[in-house]
Amino acid sequence: MYTDAFMQESIKKVEAAREANMKLDPRRMTAEEKSVLLKTYHPDYREDQFENLVMGPNAGQKVPRELAKLLQGQSRLLNVDVDLSNPDYDTDVLIIGAGGAGTSAAIEAHNNGAKVLIVTKLRMGDANTMMAEGGIQAADKPGDSPAQHFLDAFGGGHFAAQKDLLYKLVTEAPEAIAWLSELGVEFDKTPDGTMVTTHGGGTSRKRMHAAKDYSGAEIMRTLRDEVLNRQIPVIDFTSAIELLKDEAGRCCGAVLKNMETGELLVARAKTVILATGGAGRLHYQGFPTSNHYGATADGLVLAYRAGARLLYPDTLQYHPTGAAFPAQIYGALVTEKVRSVGAMLVNANGEVFMNPLETRDVSAASIIRECSDRGNGVPTPEGYAVWLDTPMIELKHGEGTIEKRIPAMMRMFGKHGIDIRKEPILIYPTLHYQNGGLKITDDTQTDIENLYAAGEVVGGIHGRNRLMGNSLLDIIVFGRNAGKYASEKAKSVTPGNPTLAHVAEFEQLRKDAGVSGDTLSPQLLPDYTRKVK
Amino acid sequence: MEKMVNVYLYGKKYSVPASLTIMEAMEYAGYQLVRGCGCRNGFFGACATIYRIAGDRELKTCLACSTKVEDNMYVATLPFFPLVKEVYDINKVKPTEQIMMQLYPEIYACVGCNACTQACTQGLNVMQYIAYAQRAEYEKCAEESFDCVMCGVCSSRCPAGISHPQVAMLARRLNGKYIAPHCDHLDERIKEINEGKYELLLEDLMGKPIEEMQELYNHRDIEK
Ligand SMILES: Cc1cc2nc3c(=O)[nH]c(=O)nc-3n(C[C@H](O)[C@H](O)[C@H](O)COP(=O)(O)OP(=O)(O)OC[C@H]3O[C@@H](n4cnc5c(N)ncnc54)[C@H](O)[C@@H]3O)c2cc1C
Repeated sequence: MYTDAFMQESIKKVEAAREANMKLDPRRMTAEEKSVLLKTYHPDYREDQFENLVMGPNAGQKVPRELAKLLQGQSRLLNVDVDLSNPDYDTDVLIIGAGGAGTSAAIEAHNNGAKVLIVTKLRMGDANTMMAEGGIQAADKPGDSPAQHFLDAFGGGHFAAQKDLLYKLVTEAPEAIAWLSELGVEFDKTPDGTMVTTHGGGTSRKRMHAAKDYSGAEIMRTLRDEVLNRQIPVIDFTSAIELLKDEAGRCCGAVLKNMETGELLVARAKTVILATGGAGRLHYQGFPTSNHYGATADGLVLAYRAGARLLYPDTLQYHPTGAAFPAQIYGALVTEKVRSVGAMLVNANGEVFMNPLETRDVSAASIIRECSDRGNGVPTPEGYAVWLDTPMIELKHGEGTIEKRIPAMMRMFGKHGIDIRKEPILIYPTLHYQNGGLKITDDTQTDIENLYAAGEVVGGIHGRNRLMGNSLLDIIVFGRNAGKYASEKAKSVTPGNPTLAHVAEFEQLRKDAGVSGDTLSPQLLPDYTRKVK
Repeated sequence: MEKMVNVYLYGKKYSVPASLTIMEAMEYAGYQLVRGCGCRNGFFGACATIYRIAGDRELKTCLACSTKVEDNMYVATLPFFPLVKEVYDINKVKPTEQIMMQLYPEIYACVGCNACTQACTQGLNVMQYIAYAQRAEYEKCAEESFDCVMCGVCSSRCPAGISHPQVAMLARRLNGKYIAPHCDHLDERIKEINEGKYELLLEDLMGKPIEEMQELYNHRDIEK
């Protein structure tokens, strides 16, 4: 339901051009065109929005301003007495964060006989994983191969991925899909069992597996159910606010905070897995976000303070199609699958301005160009936007396709009176994914001994840009690996006495570097009180 | 000036912009949410809420993140509902009628009042999927319940004490693991990888100088 006069006029143009637009197969941009486009319009290239770190393992490197503040922020425990001698919890493997990576790790560590404890900020499964719509990649069809998958991901990530990690990602992908199927995840299949697969931005083969457009939800709720079946202890509404290290500098647990009562708790462990996910709720550059409420880069902050290096923390993914209208869903994700199944990007004049399946960074930059310098955007209360012409989908593939393939999208807009089968929708890029993160070795260990990491908190697997469907894949592949390695390592670890010495050292570094300000970190939650977006 | 409405959060009156969702209205009023807030977009089922519009007899249910405020709306959130979740070993259960009888026998006490369906925040036909579960038609139960976000509102209304979302969860896993057709090309590819079929190809690719990789990437053929 669009009542705005400009929008109504513009929709008429979109409708008039639909037949012709549908037949177009816009050419892909050349490498040169893409490079110029990105440099001019992608948010990662706005130098004034970044800041060089002045202290810590990545001193001298640039990160988003908002992240710099937190990475160089003050510990929440600086002037607090915490009794470390009587831990509230004692376990083999402590897992921080119960999204897809954390729960996969828990299941594998449990398989390996370890005593596992999960702590998580909100409820188990309240995580970016649950929100993933589009799907998960794996080269499991004839005509495709792990090498082809490697090439797509490596090129899409601007040839910057850590090759050993990417090798693992693509070669263990089919096994990850099988593992999920065995747990009961319902992938879309044809009656003979063949996986229904589509393209995603930047794929050269159709290897996107999905469970309708609730792919992440289907995976996450199954993993959650499995953790419950195994009766692995989960402490929810409890965040890690500082890691613990022993005298030898090895990670040996964390200080936790009950999010509701504020109580501090101490968990001691032989090995620790960080699986805290992304950073969308930091709203870099003022962008809206598709991420869940607890995505505030805590894992990066905790590990950085303890001495771990980050890789590519200056690269973020702005998903090209965030909902731009109505305001109630501003920033919410419109899955790439909408384009995979046939909707095209159309400007205010009804013109198709790009191939809808370019990689995400290129698509986002191209939309920003359309809405800025080219002046072809549709004005909305939050800024300019372009159309995603969803009615094309049913014209191409028949009535009922939308309900069958992208029901979550139909429902999300339907709740606000927009029937995406009949009306196009307005979109604009939204802050979506943290490409960079903790540097790990191929056994998922960070720079700190006995501190492992998996999922969106890790950097390097995807290089400087991630393809759709490779993140759900990475949390399963590397989540499982982290669980296996951390539980195996735990067998031979005798932890020393937990200390917070690194927190005091960090504070000294701050003083020495002249970092002022009393921003406390990790941030834990955004503050939306008494504000209207 | 933006249009304002009166909402009553747990009975206390606040004036908030009419364009806000219930969740945003709570924040506008000054609540720093911890529980009862998740994806803020209808996927977690973390913000189940009951409300009544003054003058209206009916108590309605919704997700706070996906429902706009209305004038004279009385709101209380229901951010946790103690569902029954039975544990089982997915490798040992079978998609038979016995499993439901054993784990969730209360589904057979359904009185057909349809309160679950009426309360569903996702607009699902909850009573129907429970009927499928009773008859061990797990494939149908899985399909009918697929969009469930497990907010628990259905169960809060059920006179028979059924934990509908957990029943559906079991049905979906049974369907995914045992009933859905098996995927052969997946097995085949895993076998090939384990036999080392792609090792050389990958090592060769990874060893190439960056310019050659770029060349390959920029000119790779793209499946139609
Ligand atoms: C809307 C949306 C759609 C997406 N669609 C796709 C897709 O189609 N395909 C794809 O491949 N990828 C997709 N992604 C990306 C992908 O879903 C995520 O990158 C991935 O699921 C992250 O998994 P994770 O386990 O690392 O983190 P999460 O799933 O976010 O889990 C992190 C957990 O850690 C908890 N946590 C955070 N800080 C702390 C702390 N200090 N202490 C304790 N716990 C903490 C969080 O609360 C959360 O539970 C999408 C992402 C979003 C947001």
